[in-house]
Amino acid sequence: MISVAVKLTRRDFALDVAFEGGKGVTALFGPSGCGKTTAIRLIAGLERPDEGRIVLGERVLTDTGAGVGVAPHRRRIGLVFQDAQLFPHLEVATNLAYGRFFTPKRARRIETAAVVEVLGIGHLMNRRPATLSGGERQRVAIGRALLTSPDLLLMDEPLAALDDDRKLEILPFIERLRDEFAIPIVYVSHSVEEVARLAATVVRLEGGRVVQVGRPAEVLAPTAVARATHRFEAVSVLTGRIQRFDADYGLSVIDHPAGRLVLPGALSDIGGEVRIAVRATDVTLALGRGHQMSVRTALSGRVIRVDTDHGPFALITLELTGGEKLFAYATRRAVDDLGLDAGDEVVALIKAVSIDERGVPGLRIVPG
Amino acid sequence: MFEPEEWTAILLSLKVGGIATVASLPIAVAVAWVLARRNFWGKSLLDGVVHLPLVLPPVVTGYALLVLFGRRGLFGGFLADHLGLVFSFRWTGAALAAGVMGFPLMVRAIRLSIEAIDVRVEQAAATLGAPPFWVFATVTLPLAARGIVAGAVLAFAKALGEFGATITFVSNIPGQTQTIPSAIYAYTQTPGGEAGALKLSLVAATIALGALVLSEWSVRRARRGGAGA
Repeated sequence: MISVAVKLTRRDFALDVAFEGGKGVTALFGPSGCGKTTAIRLIAGLERPDEGRIVLGERVLTDTGAGVGVAPHRRRIGLVFQDAQLFPHLEVATNLAYGRFFTPKRARRIETAAVVEVLGIGHLMNRRPATLSGGERQRVAIGRALLTSPDLLLMDEPLAALDDDRKLEILPFIERLRDEFAIPIVYVSHSVEEVARLAATVVRLEGGRVVQVGRPAEVLAPTAVARATHRFEAVSVLTGRIQRFDADYGLSVIDHPAGRLVLPGALSDIGGEVRIAVRATDVTLALGRGHQMSVRTALSGRVIRVDTDHGPFALITLELTGGEKLFAYATRRAVDDLGLDAGDEVVALIKAVSIDERGVPGLRIVPG
Repeated sequence: MFEPEEWTAILLSLKVGGIATVASLPIAVAVAWVLARRNFWGKSLLDGVVHLPLVLPPVVTGYALLVLFGRRGLFGGFLADHLGLVFSFRWTGAALAAGVMGFPLMVRAIRLSIEAIDVRVEQAAATLGAPPFWVFATVTLPLAARGIVAGAVLAFAKALGEFGATITFVSNIPGQTQTIPSAIYAYTQTPGGEAGALKLSLVAATIALGALVLSEWSVRRARRGGAGA
């Protein structure tokens, strides 16, 4: 359990945040420059707040009132930087052993073999960081931090410097370490899909302040008619049950009270629950079924709200059969043409191809 | 090939340069680290003092050493009485003068190489549990190795060529303080000394060149190992 309440003023920037993180992943989410990285650095002890308290479990790490400021090397908090920051002069094996060396024997609860296995870095042990790919480097950096058996793991946009393929390569590893090593993680990101997929709690930051805290489905929901640049950040999080994998077409079929979802790629945990992040811009609304269309996913629901302003966009909030909320952006023109209003029964169409694998845990595209 | 007193001057030069380099290296690393990584009141003053020997006339530096480290100098008396360390008119004084003159060059090279290290690599080490000195010893120092070698070679070469401050501080005593440059100077002041001056000049050039080649080689070895790359 990490509890943070800090204030910090720099010449061009002010941070004033308070939040708590529990088990699993707590995501700090917001646009760049909102203070996510500074918050992480304060928790790690690499920056000092002007005032505030940071408490991890029973340990007070920072308390400006009492003059407490535990040095970074005594905090037992692992930090994974955006760009790995491996030691360039040391081999992978030595990089991994570095933090372990400084960890007292009785505190070593995470074993090297397990970490190497989970992260799949066994074949890299004798290499130098300069010869690794970006994804490999990031995995080694995660392993290096894990091997100190930290009480908390901080991850500062660990995927931001990687291309899309590498992101998909790392995400399952982060899920595995979250589940298998049971370390609380504070995860900084500006990607809705990553946050929707990993986080138990989302802390939304804007301009150095906390604007919202809650579950991903609440925090990532659109709050207003989109500003043009923000419409892609709004997602709905749907929970369904994996029915089967259709190997002929390479598609997974998900049961949901409102209908069947079709996703591209394979999900292995048949019968298990899965969370799916759907961007509000990827949802099409229809007033009836029966048209011949390429979209395979059609969910039934009822319009509970239509928000418009004088701009081009409208935000339609649906309550799907079963109670989950689904958000859709459409043009204001479309809303007027269809005469959409609260209470209307509609069908929400979701193109399978527009679902991002990053927003669905375990989803793996099988190449043809 | 060489007269005995020429040998004496060559060996003395190597000894003075070697001791000056080795003795000032740890201090230079510490000062370079402080200048590169710390912010404190009076930092520009320290930076200025370190660079003084580079900009002052060497005679002035030599005179300052005489005032400070002479037998009755500010520190000289104390060091002689309590540690038995006498500088004036001894080879130790020549080493001190050479060390002081080479110090700014050494600090500059090391400071640049420390500043080139991403602070976040050091911070990564700290979050992994390494106390500050360990971070310095296991991350900063190896990554700055090239700059440290370069700085040491530069200072050694400077020490071999040091003349002004040395002759002012410890004079030009054969067998005690007569290094290669002082010996060359003495030859040029003596009728018929041209051949000797030329010989010693060639020796000075050879040693300097050898030091440079050695440093290039060690830097390349370090680079192949990945340090500081």
